Amino acid sequence: MNPKKIMVINTHAPYGKATARESLDAVLAASAYDQDLSLLFLGDAVFQLLQQQDTAALEAKSLSTALPVLPLYDVTAIYAQQSALDARGLTRADLVLDVECLENHQITALMDSQDILLSF
Amino acid sequence: MIFSLAVYGAPYSSQASDSAYRFAAAALAGGHSIYRLFFYADGVHNATRLAAPPQDELDLPQRWRTLIQAHKIDSVVCIAAALRRGIINREEAERYERDADNLAPGFEISGLGQLVDAAVHSDRLVTFGD
Repeated sequence: MNPKKIMVINTHAPYGKATARESLDAVLAASAYDQDLSLLFLGDAVFQLLQQQDTAALEAKSLSTALPVLPLYDVTAIYAQQSALDARGLTRADLVLDVECLENHQITALMDSQDILLSF
Repeated sequence: MIFSLAVYGAPYSSQASDSAYRFAAAALAGGHSIYRLFFYADGVHNATRLAAPPQDELDLPQRWRTLIQAHKIDSVVCIAAALRRGIINREEAERYERDADNLAPGFEISGLGQLVDAAVHSDRLVTFGD
């Protein structure tokens, strides 16, 4: 069976819900299946990418230490929504991963090219 | 068409679980097939057999059980999400030395790979909840 193009889309800020963590777990699981896997951060989800997230007071695991493992799992197609970064005063330099920043029309085209969109 | 459903919403907390149930029932009634139901995040709460909603409200966990058993639908609860939330089968209850289990018949506990497998083997994977 040919690999499918699977895009995981994150839409939530990092810690108010377990969603960000559970999305990452799903991405890591999917990385073992030899599919054409990509990851997109939309809207408030760009906050997941911030460097030096200190979660000590939350007693929760920090995404800024968890997300950098993705390239080790061969998850390298990682995208962020440029307009979401702009709206929140963020730039690529603030991010913990080397992501490709896309304009909204590019995101639309990329989504259109996928077989499966898995949103969190 | 072959569908799989990913359900992230707990019953009664959001519309997601009810919508997923209605979609599944409609897909089957329309002659489609369901490769797998995958319950993840808060969606694992759909798999308890101990829910006791008021009698004048719909019993969503019971509806899921009935649908799953009637159509023999492969129904998987994510193990990591389930154990964190106290959804547990007898085997895991023994492993973690818990004094009870609550996974309803028709559901099985397995890993996230089953979600990916469902995506790969279905024409459409439809997500309910956020």
